[in-house]
Amino acid sequence: MPKDGGIGASTKRREDVRFLTGNGRYTDDINLRGQAHAFFLRSQVAHGKINTIDTSAAEAMDGVIRIFTAKDFEGVGGVPCGWLITDKHGQPMQEPKHPVLAEGKVRHVGDPIAVVIAETLDQARDAAEAIDLDIEDLPAVVDMKAALSADAPKVHDELSSNLCYDWGFVEENKAAVDEAFASAAHVTSLELVNQRLIANPMEPRVAVGDYDPWNDNSTLYTTSQNPHVIRLLMGAFVLGIPEHKLRVVAPDVGGGFGAKIFHYAEEAFCTFAARQLKRPVKWTSSRSEAFMSDAHGRDHVTKIELALDAENNFTAIRTETYANMGAYLSTFAPSVPTWLHGTLMAGNYRTPLIYVNVKAVFTNTVPVDAYRGAGRPEATFQLERVVDKAARELGVDPVELRRQNFIKADQFPYATPVAVEYDTGNYDATMDKMLELSDYAGFAARAEESKKRGKLRGFGIAHYIEACGIAPSNLVGQLGARAGLYESATVRVNATGSISIYTGSHSHGQGHETTFAQVVADMIGIDAGQVEINHGDTANTPMGMGTYGSRSLAVGGSALVKATNKVINKAKKIAAHLLEASEADIELADGKFTVAGTDKSVDWAGVTLAAYVPHNYPLESMEPGLEETAFYDPSNFTYPSGAYGCEVEVDPDTGEVEIIGFTAADDFGNVVNPMIVEGQVHGGLAQGIGQALLERCVYDADGQLVSGSYMDYAMPRADNVPNYTVDHSCVTPCTHNPLGVKGCGEAGAIGSPPAVINAVIDALQRGGHSHVTHIDMPASPSRVWAAMNAK
Amino acid sequence: MTKVTLTVNGRSMSGQAEGRTLLSSFLREELGLTGTHVGCDTSQCGACVVHVDGQAVKSCTVLAQDVEGANVTTIEGMANADGSLNTLQQAFQDHHGLQCGFCTPGMVMAASSLLAENPKPTEAEVRHYLEGNICRCTGYHNIVKAVMAASGQDVSDTVAAE
Repeated sequence: MPKDGGIGASTKRREDVRFLTGNGRYTDDINLRGQAHAFFLRSQVAHGKINTIDTSAAEAMDGVIRIFTAKDFEGVGGVPCGWLITDKHGQPMQEPKHPVLAEGKVRHVGDPIAVVIAETLDQARDAAEAIDLDIEDLPAVVDMKAALSADAPKVHDELSSNLCYDWGFVEENKAAVDEAFASAAHVTSLELVNQRLIANPMEPRVAVGDYDPWNDNSTLYTTSQNPHVIRLLMGAFVLGIPEHKLRVVAPDVGGGFGAKIFHYAEEAFCTFAARQLKRPVKWTSSRSEAFMSDAHGRDHVTKIELALDAENNFTAIRTETYANMGAYLSTFAPSVPTWLHGTLMAGNYRTPLIYVNVKAVFTNTVPVDAYRGAGRPEATFQLERVVDKAARELGVDPVELRRQNFIKADQFPYATPVAVEYDTGNYDATMDKMLELSDYAGFAARAEESKKRGKLRGFGIAHYIEACGIAPSNLVGQLGARAGLYESATVRVNATGSISIYTGSHSHGQGHETTFAQVVADMIGIDAGQVEINHGDTANTPMGMGTYGSRSLAVGGSALVKATNKVINKAKKIAAHLLEASEADIELADGKFTVAGTDKSVDWAGVTLAAYVPHNYPLESMEPGLEETAFYDPSNFTYPSGAYGCEVEVDPDTGEVEIIGFTAADDFGNVVNPMIVEGQVHGGLAQGIGQALLERCVYDADGQLVSGSYMDYAMPRADNVPNYTVDHSCVTPCTHNPLGVKGCGEAGAIGSPPAVINAVIDALQRGGHSHVTHIDMPASPSRVWAAMNAK
Repeated sequence: MTKVTLTVNGRSMSGQAEGRTLLSSFLREELGLTGTHVGCDTSQCGACVVHVDGQAVKSCTVLAQDVEGANVTTIEGMANADGSLNTLQQAFQDHHGLQCGFCTPGMVMAASSLLAENPKPTEAEVRHYLEGNICRCTGYHNIVKAVMAASGQDVSDTVAAE
């Protein structure tokens, strides 16, 4: 039984009290003295030439302070892209400029054209309506394949085409893969769409820029998952402000799911405008604005083929994917369909040959970037759908086909043909656990019972792998990342023994204030209440890369362990001095330093006090104080995996799908706080089920965003989702980080979409609709009904 | 601008409102009660739910001037008199019914209204009642569990497998 507040305990979250009483401090809760308000005038057309912007009438309106357009940004950099992809010919991707405000052309609905700054938000909004815009409509491209035709309108006139890159991975394997297909006993192929989604954290984005002219200091308060990354990108590439003159604060942040990783134009704008006006400038996104300005997710169109030999062994996989970049390259956009997707195409299987082709395409739509899972859900969906389809075509049990091809527990570490090495895993164990918890053996009887009620019951399985703990810096540097991906922590022990932690990881719902304290408290053996976690402010935390890719505990937690070990090592030296013993004989347990084999001891607070009141202290050999910083750069990714089972009932009259049960058996390695881990899985499952059954971002042919509000974009609600059965008892600890942890934030969203769709197909097949072999997501009632009734 | 006076969490509070000023903005911007959150602009998300004269309402659907003199309860007024979490708030913490905390105020206000109307709701009733409150973090499992637990019902069978 873990100690309360230690590693392994379901410690209640300390952050909850402020959130439950209305005392959270989110960015929109910040109002600075003298603050002005910004309202962004955005394009209503998908593609157009800006002829004139007449702001004269608007400028004369009450409360208007200034109106900014692109001409105010001459000499200011564009919003940068953080990842350079090299195409299959060895050439760099096409990388267009992304201006803070549209220059000459608008390229998507929502592209910002002008910003009104006024004393109140209402005044700014009213004045924006008085701006006279002359925009000449240009034909828009929305469909990716159409965008690549020779006569397609170009999103960026200065580029040679709408193709960002054509990437082949592993290009050297292509011929061998083609050969394997030519000699295959069976080939299963599947064309599918991984639809465009909108992350929709419940807190819309907010930016408050502040400027202190007397010290030339800029501060940005923003809704970010990674304030240091924003400082780096905005300071170095957009505004030219050195780090010591730029502070970025991300206070309580109301969810991210990827959409708050990226550096956005509004952040640079508010920081810039505050400097120009010498007063604070605040922008709060409305939800409508969020739909057309937050980076979207997914939006892949793929053909996948699986080759099998006569014994049903997988021999090769070949994919061709079109990936929508939208109108500009968002911060990490180019990496999502490539390194975060292609490297996962081996899944849990021993397929020896894999070739992945990805064509990234510019269209007149909102930029697309990482959304919960980012590339890995796309890979998993293709793979787990095609494996299921193959099982059906071959007339074999989908569980057995998977098991037959699993990488087995004794085959780790396992190097895949797509350039990653899985350190640990036990896929049969998670499969067994899922089948047990979901009572798979009893499914046939339940299906029979459904049939009596006129319903079609189906069971769908998916087994996923993901790569988390992003990422070894030297590796990602070779792959085109324009940043390192380490994490940092400072452990500041105070004189009385309490501890202040400063971490580069950011919490926006994950509960780090609780779990990071559990780790440190456990290592030292003190009460977790003595440990305070500080994050989200570049002024007081060491340079860190923030939270995404399920990396916080695996990378940030490892930095924390490293720094805490440095503290413990120094504390032991102090204890040895105080106890007049050899350092090698000092043991730390339960917050007490003891000379091994004796009853001589000094407690934690005795050592920390000596560090800061060094009257009896080895000053000749050691500095006073007890504070250490560590940076941790992972040597590999972590590889969480798991088996998901979804049981559905389809109403054959309406096509409506009801999820009867959902079981997730995950291997996350070691777990610090089971309650929080389970909550992360629940949330991921709801997003994955949302993708499978409800959510879809829709553009019409002219590039108008049709699903531009919660009236049109179907978010999962309480009555759309089931209770989940989640389990994390199958543990193969990560071998290369000190906590043995793998990461749990994205798993639910990765494994669940194929499980749901496999279940729907299974229900229809069992119900006699054998012609239905695939339904694109979301499997809405109309789509399911249409598929069932297609002749 | 018109002066609007409300009784908020038992205290008389006044501020200025235009005809178009929403109760949600009035609470946040004029009265400084930032616990009420605004998550959308189509009255869909429920983050802004408060109680007006005992009824749960989305405060973004109410004009501040229209509720002059009303008795309003916000999330800031929900804790026990000694500042400790009330039964429902405590159940949210105990059952991990919140993650980022942004939808939480509206969720608590809506759920407290449900329990006032229906002290022992079924799980289906809880899910149906909270259909107007969107949470993107929790997948609802633990929110439903927290509300059921706060109503005094046994939630041990919805405990996730350990």
